[in-house]
Amino acid sequence: MTVTTQAVEELSPVKRRTPLADTWENLRRSWGGMIGLTLIVFHVLLALSSPYIVPQDPQLMDAPARNEAPSTEHLFGTDKLGRDMFSRSLVGGRVALVVTMLGTALAMTWGGLTGILLGFLGGKTDEYVMRVVDALLAIPWLLVLLLIISILGTNPWVQTLTFGFTYGYTAIRVARAATLDYVTHEFVLAARARGERKRTIVLKELLPNVLDVLLVDGAMTWSWMLLGFSSLSFLGFGVTPPTPDWGFMIAKNREILAIQPWAVFGPAIMLSTLIIGINLFSDALAKALGLDRSQGAPV
Amino acid sequence: MSKNLIEVENLSIGYYNKGGKLVHVLKNVSLSIKPGETLGLVGESGCGKSTLGQAMMGYLRLGSQVMEGSILFSGKDMFGLSTRDLESIRGNKIALIPQNAGEALTPTMRVGKQIIETLELKTNVSGAATKNRMIELLGQVRLPHPEVMAERYPHELSGGQQQRVVVAMALAGQPDMLVLDEPTTGLDVTTQAHILELLRDIVAELGTAMMYISHDLGVIARVSDRVALMYAGEIVEDASAAEIFKSPAHPYARGLLASIPRLELAGIPNSMPGQPPIPGSLPGCSFTPRCPFATEICSSEPPELKMILQTPHLVRCHNWEKVVATDFSQELKDVYHIVEHKAQDVSAIELSDVEITYHQPNMIDRLRRTPEPPATVSDITLDIKRGETLALVGESGSGKSTIVRTISGLLPAKSGVIQFENCDLTVNVDKRTMDLCKKVQLIFQNPDASLNPRHTVAEIIDQPLKLYFPKMTRDERRARQIELLERVRLDGRYRLRYPGQMSGGEKQRVAIARAFAAEPDVVLCDEVTSALDVSVQAAVLDLLADLQQERNTTYIFIAHDLAVVRAIADRVAVLYQGRLCEVGTVDEIYSPPYHPYTETLMGAVLVPDPDTEPKLLASDTPELAPPAKGCAFQRRCPKFINDLCDEVTPPWQYPQDEDGHKIRCHIPINELLVV
Repeated sequence: MTVTTQAVEELSPVKRRTPLADTWENLRRSWGGMIGLTLIVFHVLLALSSPYIVPQDPQLMDAPARNEAPSTEHLFGTDKLGRDMFSRSLVGGRVALVVTMLGTALAMTWGGLTGILLGFLGGKTDEYVMRVVDALLAIPWLLVLLLIISILGTNPWVQTLTFGFTYGYTAIRVARAATLDYVTHEFVLAARARGERKRTIVLKELLPNVLDVLLVDGAMTWSWMLLGFSSLSFLGFGVTPPTPDWGFMIAKNREILAIQPWAVFGPAIMLSTLIIGINLFSDALAKALGLDRSQGAPV
Repeated sequence: MSKNLIEVENLSIGYYNKGGKLVHVLKNVSLSIKPGETLGLVGESGCGKSTLGQAMMGYLRLGSQVMEGSILFSGKDMFGLSTRDLESIRGNKIALIPQNAGEALTPTMRVGKQIIETLELKTNVSGAATKNRMIELLGQVRLPHPEVMAERYPHELSGGQQQRVVVAMALAGQPDMLVLDEPTTGLDVTTQAHILELLRDIVAELGTAMMYISHDLGVIARVSDRVALMYAGEIVEDASAAEIFKSPAHPYARGLLASIPRLELAGIPNSMPGQPPIPGSLPGCSFTPRCPFATEICSSEPPELKMILQTPHLVRCHNWEKVVATDFSQELKDVYHIVEHKAQDVSAIELSDVEITYHQPNMIDRLRRTPEPPATVSDITLDIKRGETLALVGESGSGKSTIVRTISGLLPAKSGVIQFENCDLTVNVDKRTMDLCKKVQLIFQNPDASLNPRHTVAEIIDQPLKLYFPKMTRDERRARQIELLERVRLDGRYRLRYPGQMSGGEKQRVAIARAFAAEPDVVLCDEVTSALDVSVQAAVLDLLADLQQERNTTYIFIAHDLAVVRAIADRVAVLYQGRLCEVGTVDEIYSPPYHPYTETLMGAVLVPDPDTEPKLLASDTPELAPPAKGCAFQRRCPKFINDLCDEVTPPWQYPQDEDGHKIRCHIPINELLVV
């Protein structure tokens, strides 16, 4: 009798916005986030365009003009081989940026997916694999990097793979922890009861929910990886000279710090602005995604 | 006439949203509570009742502000006081009892210590006297062996016991008023009834005033002297409990009361159409779009809260005279309707001797031959007919969810057979064929958890379609999604919504649509309405009944609310500690002879009628594991006879014939007939 008496539910008024638009909206309100993003975009654009806009050839050695103080011709002065430090500082981040960006993507992909899978599977597999991960995490990362790179050489592709691999362990931990929050949720049970395959559950049900955590962790990993790359470079395992690189430049010009401080300051400023930018951005991203509730969740 | 203890005057609370627009949470709320009086504050989720409760404690949520009005507690303005003064009022004069007692207690501190801490902070009791007072308080909330209980950590107590400790803590400062925010929601019916009796007694004994916030009209009817009904941030009716339940004068009150399933009436009640608006978003009365009495004036002019008749009865309605003129008790009788459907005399699922255990013996257990603990679920034999609704009823821990999870393949059975068509369902879901998975679908209690928050409705419904109908094209699936949404009475445009953009009822409909997308033969419903508001609950029950008719689907329906079960089930199986107590049709179960446990459950149900008293039989101490032998209910049974109950598993008794109603008890049927 009443079967037909019920009308179709009216569409309740809701402003339709995708989660992405929501996040952007929150991000735009954050000063730190916008400064961070500007710094990152600046560095990426610079990496793309620097070979075409540098005032001088960064590898040109002008022997008479060695260890020169900053002047209108050489904004940051020259190093002991007479190379223009300003030009070198501008191009010095290219390899580092490419290697760490690809490395981060790789680390987050393999580490993230492994972590989600372990969190979902649980039980003995999870137990054993996590102990191996713990053991790997216990080895100082610089040692691992040095070991692998000294065996395989300083080819940028090798470096990308090495960074991607070693920084993936932390991603496993983070992704697994985030997944554990969701595996007990009923939508995962519902998917299992439907008979969905494990792959579908990991990729379609769990990944979208831990993606925000992975994004923030990825941004953090990127900044750590940049520091890591620069440290390697500082130790002479980064790029092959004469390709300019910030870490290597700082290492080489340390000796003339007293007479030509700009040869160190230039690359140092470039490196630190990028890392600060990434950190500001990842902080703001965490807040925009609602992961960091210390400031009160966005209403 | 005594002076009011607390007076809320014309209070409006709101916040500015991201667009800088003012959003009201409370709008022109006025109410007062006299010393020793209990006011029940009722309303559906989102109506602002918790905000009002917190405001009475002088607390505002981050970002909200008082737009207008005041709260005077013993003549002092709560929002004008300094932090220090507020601190001295909170706990000493007015105390809060929150919903989740488990979260209100510090997990790493013994409960006695926590009460002592409150005593030291809020009273001038000191030295040895504090310990005595603490024991006295625990005794006052009727915890058995207060000395022993005081030494326990919160996790060592049951939910009901935790709630008692929280009540004891609230009483520590000897407050003049208690604000209780849904303190029994989430507890078992029997535990809830016991806590409510305790609160009633304490209030009567100590003369404390209470503001009791709840969405449950049965609970409100039991504890309140006076009831205030909230809708969309406004008080719409304020009257004595007797008045409001017998002759409500606001159309919303009538609609709400008429949408509750009742223990004594078979059939599904009427549901209210629509949903509440954002407070203050409509120019006239907020209830106009859902109101059967609405006239022209309602959509333009907001009504005032005004006194009607001679008794203190306040109503915010233009047409209250018309409302009062219609006979409510007659109206109530007409709204309950039974959805006719036929169960076939063919078995859909047959469970025989099913036993399920969570116990996994480890190596040491095996070496030492430790005897296995009794199985969580044991000796379940049930025959569920095609097209029938079988309800599994029992308190938490009765094994009802365990049985359903086993049928759905999420949990293996230890022994026994679950026959479905030609397959045995005791195997895990990984080992089932896709066709078998398709035929058995599951709907969960909480749609917030069962729908992936990152998927749109379209993606959610698409999952079973992709999985079970791989040949369907994209367009066919799209058409099917819209068709399914319309079948659950949602607009096709909902496809693009995320779960976070829908109300609880809408989300549960999407979950139902997802289950029915598979075109299942059996649908397992795990407490599907218990997370929903009453006005929505009836609509969801109605929907389920209609969907069942279309394809003669079999339902296994888990519920703890006996009134809901009465509304939807054909047959009922009562479970205690994973053992069957009683099986029969709805009519057989809801009338004597009862199994002592069924009788206990029925007695604890709170009905929305202030004159009906619950009958509390068994103690509310829950058991954690079934007894090793004898009757499962032996330790709590009010009719316990002798060693027989302890030692021997009771036999099935049949009041009529062997196929029908059966009760598992040692007490003879004719004695069980006497209630």
